[in-house]
Amino acid sequence: MTRSVIELPVNADDRRIARLAALAIGLTLAEAALPSPVPGVKPGLANIVVLMVLLQYGWRAAAWVSGLRVLAGGLLMGSLFAPGFWLSAAGAIASLGVLAMARHLPSQYFGPVSLSVLAAFGHIGGQLALAGVWLLPSAALIQLMPVFAAAALVFGAINGVIVARLLATSALDKVVPQKT
Amino acid sequence: MLRTGDVGVLLAGTGLVVSLAMFAWSGGQGDTAVIRSAGQIVETASLTHAQRFSINGPLGATQIEIEPGRARIARDPSPRQLCVKQGWLSQSGQAALCLPNQVSVEIRGRTTVYDTLGY
Repeated sequence: MTRSVIELPVNADDRRIARLAALAIGLTLAEAALPSPVPGVKPGLANIVVLMVLLQYGWRAAAWVSGLRVLAGGLLMGSLFAPGFWLSAAGAIASLGVLAMARHLPSQYFGPVSLSVLAAFGHIGGQLALAGVWLLPSAALIQLMPVFAAAALVFGAINGVIVARLLATSALDKVVPQKT
Repeated sequence: MLRTGDVGVLLAGTGLVVSLAMFAWSGGQGDTAVIRSAGQIVETASLTHAQRFSINGPLGATQIEIEPGRARIARDPSPRQLCVKQGWLSQSGQAALCLPNQVSVEIRGRTTVYDTLGY
């Protein structure tokens, strides 16, 4: 009997996406340890990675990193397929959808801060939409919307500034060596 | 670091947050006062400007005072003065009832948070 070996060819792009996703997962886990005054209000540090991937490697790579981040983050935090996981997934999908459109904005006027704020609003919009339809179909959610939106604005802007600074120093090159 | 459009996006975001807050947190604010005498609506007044009403009941005249955003029973001939002591009403659903004189004021708003509020 011969052992069959399944070979999955892995190219440099796959490795790069895996590395960047690991970075995003690490940030997700780190921020899960941060205390938060309102459940659901988080800085969304992993979005820094997603945004940098978007700006450097395009939307497909960003979607991969974001998807892997949600999936592996759910696995590691033990919330896979729990409501929190689906909220996270809805936020990530909505945010990627917003980014798919927003990245066509003229870049001489709209920098990383714009993209980050728009993505943050997309994120919270997707989460609230799913929560409103599925988890909490009540008026209580409407009362919380301004809090979430304000958090999205503030953290989106901060993350955007971080992305702009990191892009200026091209810090991602240190994590992921560029092919020369 | 901040480009022209970024400032625009930030401003638009701030506007969105503010309008969301105004939309979500002003629902309990009343905008009309419904005045009843012996169970019948005698007056429906908007809470936009100051005005006074004098409603006659079995004991005499009940004075109702309306200011922008709020309303109260200013004077009433009822012995216990409970509805006068309730003071200003501004939230949707709040009501003041002067029983022996059978006059009541109820605040209504865009959304009814409570069926009724009494103290």
